[in-house]
Amino acid sequence: MPEPMTPLAVTAYTATSAIGLGLASQFDALQQARSGLRANDFSSAPLDCWIGRVSGIEEAPLPLDFALWECRNNRLAWLGLNQDGFIDRVRAARARYGAHRVALLLGTSTASIGETEAAYRRLDADGGFPDDMLRPAIHAPHSLAAFVTAALELEGPCLTISTACSSSAKVFANAERMIRLGLIDAAVVGGVDTLCDSVLFGFNALELVSPQPCRPFDAARNGISIGEAAGFALLERIDAAPDAPQLLGYGEASDAHHMSTPHPDGLGAELALRDALARARLETTQVDYINLHGTASQKNDEVEAALVARAFPARTRSSSTKGFTGHTLGAAGIVEATIALQAIEHGLIPCNLGGDTPDPGCGPQFAWTNEQQRVDVALSNSFGFGGNNACLAFARAGFSA
Amino acid sequence: MSPLRIYVEGIGLWSKQLADYAALQTCLAGQAPEPPPAKPAATTLPPNERRRAPESVLLAVEVAGQAAMMSGRDAATLACIFSSSHGDQAITDYMCATLASAPTKLSPTRFHNSVHNAPAGYWTIATGCHEASSAVCAHRLSFGAGLLEAISSAIADQRPMLLVCSDIAGVYPLVEETGCTQSFGCALVISPTPSDATRAALDITLVPHSTHDMGAVPLPEWLTSLREANASADALPLLALLARGHGECRIGAAASLSLQIALQPITPDAPVADVRRAEQVA
Repeated sequence: MPEPMTPLAVTAYTATSAIGLGLASQFDALQQARSGLRANDFSSAPLDCWIGRVSGIEEAPLPLDFALWECRNNRLAWLGLNQDGFIDRVRAARARYGAHRVALLLGTSTASIGETEAAYRRLDADGGFPDDMLRPAIHAPHSLAAFVTAALELEGPCLTISTACSSSAKVFANAERMIRLGLIDAAVVGGVDTLCDSVLFGFNALELVSPQPCRPFDAARNGISIGEAAGFALLERIDAAPDAPQLLGYGEASDAHHMSTPHPDGLGAELALRDALARARLETTQVDYINLHGTASQKNDEVEAALVARAFPARTRSSSTKGFTGHTLGAAGIVEATIALQAIEHGLIPCNLGGDTPDPGCGPQFAWTNEQQRVDVALSNSFGFGGNNACLAFARAGFSA
Repeated sequence: MSPLRIYVEGIGLWSKQLADYAALQTCLAGQAPEPPPAKPAATTLPPNERRRAPESVLLAVEVAGQAAMMSGRDAATLACIFSSSHGDQAITDYMCATLASAPTKLSPTRFHNSVHNAPAGYWTIATGCHEASSAVCAHRLSFGAGLLEAISSAIADQRPMLLVCSDIAGVYPLVEETGCTQSFGCALVISPTPSDATRAALDITLVPHSTHDMGAVPLPEWLTSLREANASADALPLLALLARGHGECRIGAAASLSLQIALQPITPDAPVADVRRAEQVA
């Protein structure tokens, strides 16, 4: 088991998804139990499914200075960065610590692949990319982090983490290690993924996409709804912000089982959970809320429900919020981290939207409707293809295990 | 701040010209090594997986397997980081071409093999590794940024780490954008503490300005040009340093940062017990 870690302060955070731009919109949708899913109006060819699409990206080009970075994914990143005064908070950290002492660590599953797809739809007579697509920085999985580091004028370590749907949960771990070693003083973490044909038709090929809005943990669930989102957080040492909510711990583990199916006993998921609890010095009985991965795929929800039922007491509350946002893939970790942080801030346990007929495998921990209660400790689960598992633990300022 | 000290226990390498690290040593000694078979053997994978696995996975698993074997460690016990500038460019090309013509005909297997962490997935499955695994990139600086992440993980959590950095050659038209025209992969097993398997100690300092010093150990011109043809080959100055056994090199790790690496040799005259232990920094 790992050594317990010194908690970090989450001094700013923000999220933008199908349920709105910024934290206030997100909280309003959660409180009203209002889904952001809509019938698919995105893919380049028809596909019968529902999606979590962010409105207005098409009308929000990047500032002219960043024209070379133009693509849907970076537009969403920029839209997300401009919510909740986040850029100002980063600017203050940069001034305080120096640009080379602030890392940028972002998760994404597909980055700007949508732009590469578009180039292939308009190849020239020689089979090459059209002139406006000759932008090497965009046809690389690092395009998101490279754009954001330029936009935020950061000069510290800069890394893309791309472990499919656990990507933007793992960034918290990268940041904590670098801060602990004194390589940096602060880190901007987060992730962005946007709708694109690759994921819509890819998950469709795997028969994992539902023709209806997704129903996590419902007995009749039949697949995921894909969404898009951007989310960011700023991490610093606690002495810089003793009143900020805290990252208490994180856990990472591998299933070693199958490329696209979770371990049947949730082995990697449980190892990641135990890793997170050990770093956070927590017992499961101290966990008030868990934001579950809960994709609404048959297998994920079966395995994750069993883990919750065997590991947590009945008083721990849990829910998937994919029914609100859709599965935002590489951005799911950060979006759901912000929902866990909002649960702590507002005392709201968001309901497991879409789970109208609970799967019999679900224990008493599930919040099928919104609940109001004090939350001191909240976890967030994120699991990805390749058997990649991550779990984050957050707590109210001043919480002491 | 004092340098980060790590110990290298295993080294893996594969390109069309170099079968492994020993081949690089031969090459640096001025001799011509025997080139490897056209496809990496990747014997860590079970035969059925080896047939199914995409080229990017074969390359990553080949160098990972070499490094793990040299370290003498059980691969199942190694947390791992797989870095790659472009992932599997052949699959990206296939996916984008198929999506442009017949999107509903997309292959489900190629889709799940398209994730950037496909090599990490295949590797952990093949070795039964339940440790943390990650997949990262930083465009042209994927080796240096991946190395920084591997060092931080190894020292912060006091555990040995496997770092793999690899990219397969691209195909037209995508290759015109990636500029990656040759395959190259390398791997290191590093540890925060010395052991019987220690081959070298590295003292690493994060320094401002991204510069890349190819001159530390003179390389044949074709090796220098390999770096132009594949970003993962940014590892060559460090690999050549390890082969020489002393000196320093500098590798870009971010747009404005480099890793200054000083190699401290481990020789029979200086047994591992006498080498100073990893210092807790800052």
